[in-house]
Amino acid sequence: MMKPGKAAGLSPVALEFSMLRIASLFCALVSLALWTISPANASPEKFSEILTRDFKLIQHSSVKTIGPVLEAIQQSGFDGAAEFLGKWQTKELWFREQDDRFFYATTEDKKTYELIDAITGETTAGVGKREIKQVKPNSGVRRLLDSALLQFRLTSSDTSVRSASLDSIERDAKPEHLSVIRNAIKDEIDPDLRQQFIQLERLLTLQFGQASQERISTAKGFAGSLDLDVRAKLNPILQTSVGFAKALPRDINLARVIVPGKTTIANDGSATGFSVLDWWFTEQKPELELNEAYALLVKEKAAPALIDRQQRDAALIAHMKDGRVGGYEISELNSEKVRDAAYSSLARSGKVSQTVTDANIKEAVGSYIFYAAYNEPDAEVTTAIRETLNSINASVRWNKFLDLALDAISLASIYFLAAIGLAITFGVMRVINMAHGEFIMMGAYSGYVVQQFVPNYTASIIVAVPVAFTVTFAAGVALERLVIRHLYNRPLETLLATFGVSIALQQLAKNIFGTQARPLTAPEWLDGALVVNDVVSISWIRVAIFGLSILFFTGLWWTLNKTRFGLETRAVVQNPRMAASMGINPDKINMLTFGLGSGIAGIAGIAIGLYAKVTSELGNDYIVQSFMTVVIGGVGNIWGTLAGAGLIGILQKLIESVNPSNTLAAQTYMIIFIIIFIQFKPRGLMALKGRAAEA
Amino acid sequence: MTDLTMPTPGPGNEFGGPLTRFLIRHPSGIWFLGLLALFTLGITVLSEGFGLDLISTSLVKTFGKTLCFCLVALAMDLVWGYCGILSLGHFAFFGLGGYMIGMWLMYARTEIIVVTAGAYAALPMTKDEIDSAIGTQIFGVVGGSEFPAIWTFAHSLWLQFLLVILVPGLLAGVFGWLAFRSRVTDIYLSILTQAMTLALALYLFQNDSGLRGNNGLSGLQNLPSLESTPQSVVSIWFLWASAFALGLGYITIKLIVESKFGNVIRAIRDDESRVRFLGYNVEAYKLFVFVLTAIIAAIAGALYYPQAGIINPAEVTPIASIYLAVWVAMGGRGRLYGAVLGAAFVSLLSSLFTGGQAPNISLGIYEFQWVDWWLVLLGITFVATTLYAPNGLGGLFDLFAPKRRSGDG
Repeated sequence: MMKPGKAAGLSPVALEFSMLRIASLFCALVSLALWTISPANASPEKFSEILTRDFKLIQHSSVKTIGPVLEAIQQSGFDGAAEFLGKWQTKELWFREQDDRFFYATTEDKKTYELIDAITGETTAGVGKREIKQVKPNSGVRRLLDSALLQFRLTSSDTSVRSASLDSIERDAKPEHLSVIRNAIKDEIDPDLRQQFIQLERLLTLQFGQASQERISTAKGFAGSLDLDVRAKLNPILQTSVGFAKALPRDINLARVIVPGKTTIANDGSATGFSVLDWWFTEQKPELELNEAYALLVKEKAAPALIDRQQRDAALIAHMKDGRVGGYEISELNSEKVRDAAYSSLARSGKVSQTVTDANIKEAVGSYIFYAAYNEPDAEVTTAIRETLNSINASVRWNKFLDLALDAISLASIYFLAAIGLAITFGVMRVINMAHGEFIMMGAYSGYVVQQFVPNYTASIIVAVPVAFTVTFAAGVALERLVIRHLYNRPLETLLATFGVSIALQQLAKNIFGTQARPLTAPEWLDGALVVNDVVSISWIRVAIFGLSILFFTGLWWTLNKTRFGLETRAVVQNPRMAASMGINPDKINMLTFGLGSGIAGIAGIAIGLYAKVTSELGNDYIVQSFMTVVIGGVGNIWGTLAGAGLIGILQKLIESVNPSNTLAAQTYMIIFIIIFIQFKPRGLMALKGRAAEA
Repeated sequence: MTDLTMPTPGPGNEFGGPLTRFLIRHPSGIWFLGLLALFTLGITVLSEGFGLDLISTSLVKTFGKTLCFCLVALAMDLVWGYCGILSLGHFAFFGLGGYMIGMWLMYARTEIIVVTAGAYAALPMTKDEIDSAIGTQIFGVVGGSEFPAIWTFAHSLWLQFLLVILVPGLLAGVFGWLAFRSRVTDIYLSILTQAMTLALALYLFQNDSGLRGNNGLSGLQNLPSLESTPQSVVSIWFLWASAFALGLGYITIKLIVESKFGNVIRAIRDDESRVRFLGYNVEAYKLFVFVLTAIIAAIAGALYYPQAGIINPAEVTPIASIYLAVWVAMGGRGRLYGAVLGAAFVSLLSSLFTGGQAPNISLGIYEFQWVDWWLVLLGITFVATTLYAPNGLGGLFDLFAPKRRSGDG
């Protein structure tokens, strides 16, 4: 049992023991004996002293007088002080005039109240409504109470309370928070939280700082920062509002003078001439169109309102008489021109208000100067913040480029993975296998099936890789033996036959696994992303896919160039009869090579399945791109496949970055680009030279 | 030989125009036209709309659509079976034709609806108001109301008819010119055409393509200002139109393949370099065939989609073009009746088995469902056809007919 006497001076840990507990102990504690309390806990007395002394001030509190009282309460060290302030703020604080004491009151029924003494915690039941009065703080006082309460929370011994209140300030910052935060920083002991405090203090200084010098220096300190919060706080300070006047007013912080319909906003916040090219390339429009400027004039009653089409038509309908209006038959009113003419004639006869013509609009707008002024009055501050923002934007642009590059590389490695198997079967053996996509799908489904039996995700992936390879290797060998062997040197027939296989396999997968997507779950260590900063990040799965494609590339290159099997493969590809006469069995080599290409497709299927959904149409999504990758890169050369994947991946991301919302369009343009590219490099980026090229 | 400009002496020369003489010299054409006429008449007589009400309207439509498939298969046979270009893009041209005619159908019908509704307004509608109301009706699903530039001619049936020919023709022309010029041949050409098809499909899938993205064009079965005519009658009209187009297409393609031109393209199929060395402009021949077949495919599509009622980008994806190749291969390429036979046979079987009408077969422990297994069977049959019966269904005729020069079907 904690000794009551020590409660106030204890370490944060002990205090954490719970505020609740202390509060409940308190009734007992105080009523037991005030005299047993050690000097360290003299606060209730001090508190009650304050309450007695400042009774009138609390009762009729005003913003002017309440400051010292709140300070005194905060410094009293009394544990119930926060509760007191809270009740005061939410208008649950009452007082009794007969003994000048404060209570927290709750209604028992409509006439009587139960009172809890604010200091002692004594309860008195059945007090009539006439005996007590409510303390009603006005809104200014409530705001002060708010910050005082905040101070309590920010200095709370509970770290989570401090962190939560910090977050709440971040969400909804008010000017008065600045001093509160500054007070709290001094006492913060948690290093992480202290860092957050300092950051928040700087952000609040930017927004609400009193002296412009401190705001300027803070703004400069943020130069180049990639923090999203910083940008979110800096931008509002540069908000402008558009105004107009006969002559440019002197007392504003002018951002730019706007010429309606002619200027747009430059990077530094000034006005710059608008050209049609801007619109063509960036769909940027003039900052203020002529009619928008006029609407502004109308809004401020500086110009007569326009008659829009609806009003005009309504007026025409209202003035119809005997099937005619404004000198026209109603049936004639089927064009804008006639309707305008009819309205004008109505206006001439004084029945409706005059129309505003384009010339009127031009004249009215031309007689005023339009400008955008910063809402922030201090010009030095806006300049400093503009500079900071520009430096931030520059570094954001650079980092976005970096992010784009990472994206492009990761997309390229996915294309590479999907195409690498094809680089062997199509690229090296010249067998066009339309079922290649279905081998990728089979690999992904193998992974899914393995995960049904091996619940540990890490283990299951390790098991799935050889399983997928074996399954697709076997499928590849079977396909080669049963179909492709009969069709060597008849490429179009091979294409058709393997397409038949592809239809059958896809439908088979649908029959077995159903049409809905099956999950292939990545192990936890592949969850999440490698976060470099607020702009640059890349998910671990993509990093893994990148690693895998590097591994495949080197492995395959090594197999084809440094092993006996690779040598024989190349020999058979270049001249099967010569190879056969050298003792190589071309049948066997063809079978194994085809199996190898298919097996690699299976492993690629696992990698692709980890980040995409596994469906029976998984292969469909990659087959055309895979062929493109191989063709663009140059057939018969895995370096070419690497180059092709790189080109396609980078290109697609580049096109996407122009219009990020439309990936479909990006793919369309990319394919068109490829078709044009093949015009100039029909044999791909890395064309084989010499005799092999004709094979 | 069968050059039209220089008729060889023979019994057919004595009477009739050149076409009649041509047909007499090639009786298979007469056979084909006769059977087609008989088929069309038979369906008409038995149909709900005109005759005995033994064939439902939806079945009439299925037959009409099948005739369109036969026409596009003929085109595919010309470009692939005779000229050796395995195009995986001809169904995209088919779809484009459908889109072009669909634009008019949708526009005209919406215009009628808008104008009818506008008749009750206090003021007569202006042209702008009508346009924007139609735009809202058509593009509301993709969150737009403005007409994209490609709809400029949608108000006019004749201009849109012209576009049915021009748009796919131009696309095929530009693509073919690029591809043939750089000597892309064989499988590379196939892959490239597949890429073109994919690009087109992806483009159409976008919401801001101007053709309603994913939703495609719908309600095409309702002919503008003919709402009162029942579908049973309309379906017969389309059957006739499709049959007429198929007959015309058959004769046209027959004329081409039996001419000197036909010999050249067959020679290109068999050995392109040799034909080039003989001084022929191979690229021009190929381009002509490619564009012509694209236009025939587009016309087939323009007849097909008003019967189908809806077109969306999924119809244009590469897989559809590959199925087209499958039809022709199964029917037997390099002979015109083979392509027609393959398209009719496979597409009718497909709609029978995937429509869920065919009875399931109970195999004791497993219920064999045609819907599930049809594609597997088709795939396997197709592989077997390619391996063991390269002449396809048409090859069956060779068993009965006296031995003839191949490719002269």
